[in-house]
Amino acid sequence: MTASATDHDAALFRYLLRLGDTSHVLCHRLGEWCGHGPIMEEDIALTNVALDLIGQARLFYQYAGEVEGKGRSEDELAFLRPERDFNNLLLVEQPNGDYAHTMARQFLFDAWNLLLFRGLAQSKDARIAEIAAKAVKEITYHRRHSSSWVIRMGDGTEVSRTRIVAAFEQLMGFTPEFFHMDDIDRQMAEAGIGPDLAALRDPWMADVEAVLAEATLDWPSATWSVMGGRHEGRHTEHLGHLLAEMQSTQRQYPGLNW
Amino acid sequence: MAGSDSSQQGSDRPELVAAPDEAAMETAFQARIDAETRIEPRDWMPDKYRKFMIRQISQHAHSEYVGMLPEGNWITRAPTLRRKAALLAKIQDEAGHAAYLYSAAETLGTTRDQTLEDLHSGKAKYSSIFNYPVLTWADIGTIGWLVDGAAIVNQVALCRTSYGPYARAMVRICKEESFHQRQGFEIITTLAHGAPEQKEMAQDALNRWWWPALMMFGPHDADSPNSEIAFKWKVKRQSNDQLRQRFVDMTVPQAEFLGLKVPDPDLTWNAETGHYDFGPIDWDEFWRVVKGDGLCNRDRLAARRTAHEDGAWVRDAAMAHAAKKRAAKQDAA
Repeated sequence: MTASATDHDAALFRYLLRLGDTSHVLCHRLGEWCGHGPIMEEDIALTNVALDLIGQARLFYQYAGEVEGKGRSEDELAFLRPERDFNNLLLVEQPNGDYAHTMARQFLFDAWNLLLFRGLAQSKDARIAEIAAKAVKEITYHRRHSSSWVIRMGDGTEVSRTRIVAAFEQLMGFTPEFFHMDDIDRQMAEAGIGPDLAALRDPWMADVEAVLAEATLDWPSATWSVMGGRHEGRHTEHLGHLLAEMQSTQRQYPGLNW
Repeated sequence: MAGSDSSQQGSDRPELVAAPDEAAMETAFQARIDAETRIEPRDWMPDKYRKFMIRQISQHAHSEYVGMLPEGNWITRAPTLRRKAALLAKIQDEAGHAAYLYSAAETLGTTRDQTLEDLHSGKAKYSSIFNYPVLTWADIGTIGWLVDGAAIVNQVALCRTSYGPYARAMVRICKEESFHQRQGFEIITTLAHGAPEQKEMAQDALNRWWWPALMMFGPHDADSPNSEIAFKWKVKRQSNDQLRQRFVDMTVPQAEFLGLKVPDPDLTWNAETGHYDFGPIDWDEFWRVVKGDGLCNRDRLAARRTAHEDGAWVRDAAMAHAAKKRAAKQDAA
């Protein structure tokens, strides 16, 4: 294998983990709602989204394991890596909060994720293109679902409006991470494997603005911003607890089949 | 509401509508039941039958809804991605069953809000099996194997129940339940054939769930006050003890295949009857748990109440928004 091919594979491996981790961690958060939703139909809808996300995560982890070439399975990648080796977006590890919080988090993410996956569906990597083409249909539904709740809450009652406004204020500062590129992202964009993330900012803002307008909401006033999960594995304190729970069975009983 | 019989009469049943008095209508109703004709929502039915069906269907719906909680307790700790996806899908099916059954109850003139209020107030019951804690991953397999297995035996019998919407709901639900049961059995098979600590985990789960699963069929026939009328109306076609025996006969060979020991010293094959004889069920425990002394009774009800109360502002927002939309549409028109 040439040095550049090795380098490419290492970058691709990391890129795939970012995709898998983000989907899996958000799936985990949505799974926490199961049976506790505000209405039965939302229990069904959220599990639907969670199921799509775990399906996507599995395909990315499986591919990552093959690219890495060390024989690691999807489960070894999901359950046996430490927190600092996780590369999910900070936004998706944030606790569920109330339903406004969960829907605001979901909408900000879905709007970005739809653009990302449309880009990935054009990937020169046939495997990624195939995964993304199927996922675009799923994420289109996720975005429709979460945006409809943002609109209902914004243009619903005074209580719902107060809650959804607060949720966006608490979450918006995690969104600059969506568009921030490091060497791996640039390498993948140059190779035609993934989209230019910085270029997703304008269409994302346009979509979010349109939904906020329909919800009769202003753009959040929060000016803070943080990042670090997706590139450096530098997370908020929430991820450690999430992983402690998520990985507990595998950690307690190493090396067994389930 | 239940009891407003006159508003429920179907115009397509002139022989019932024209019946001169209540007694004659009841006779005609029973004749339909005896002739194996399904009762449909618009048919006249005795008030007692309506109340009986509302009670049974809503209890069943509550069981599906509350039943999401014990299994949901393991979504975040499922050992593999494949198992996590399967568990999510299973619990989603249960929410679907609950929604379907609440709708079936609504065909009898009640509302989901009313039915849920009865659950939250403690007036309505759900299956007492869900008051037991789900402690290990083996419990998830065992719930699929035994609890869904017992539910299937009950529900297959209900596919021929006399109330049409309930019977049709059961046909659909049974298909999904049998998938859940196979999935649970597969989890237990993996554990029983796995490492010693996994096998131990599987045996421990069987020890804890076996007797509660047998109790799911309800009291012995002699102690089952509702059975007589349920038979008369063909809501039920087999007795609690008959169904329980079928479950035991079906499940004991499965435990043997797994190499697990059913926690009943009296369990023996009876060649004469062609059934397994089994030991006495501790009905004191059954009633204790039904009446509140299970480990999880308070947690289950609190979780349902909290979800409902915390969700009130979300439901209000949805209704307020829909009302604004309707108003805007009318203004435009």
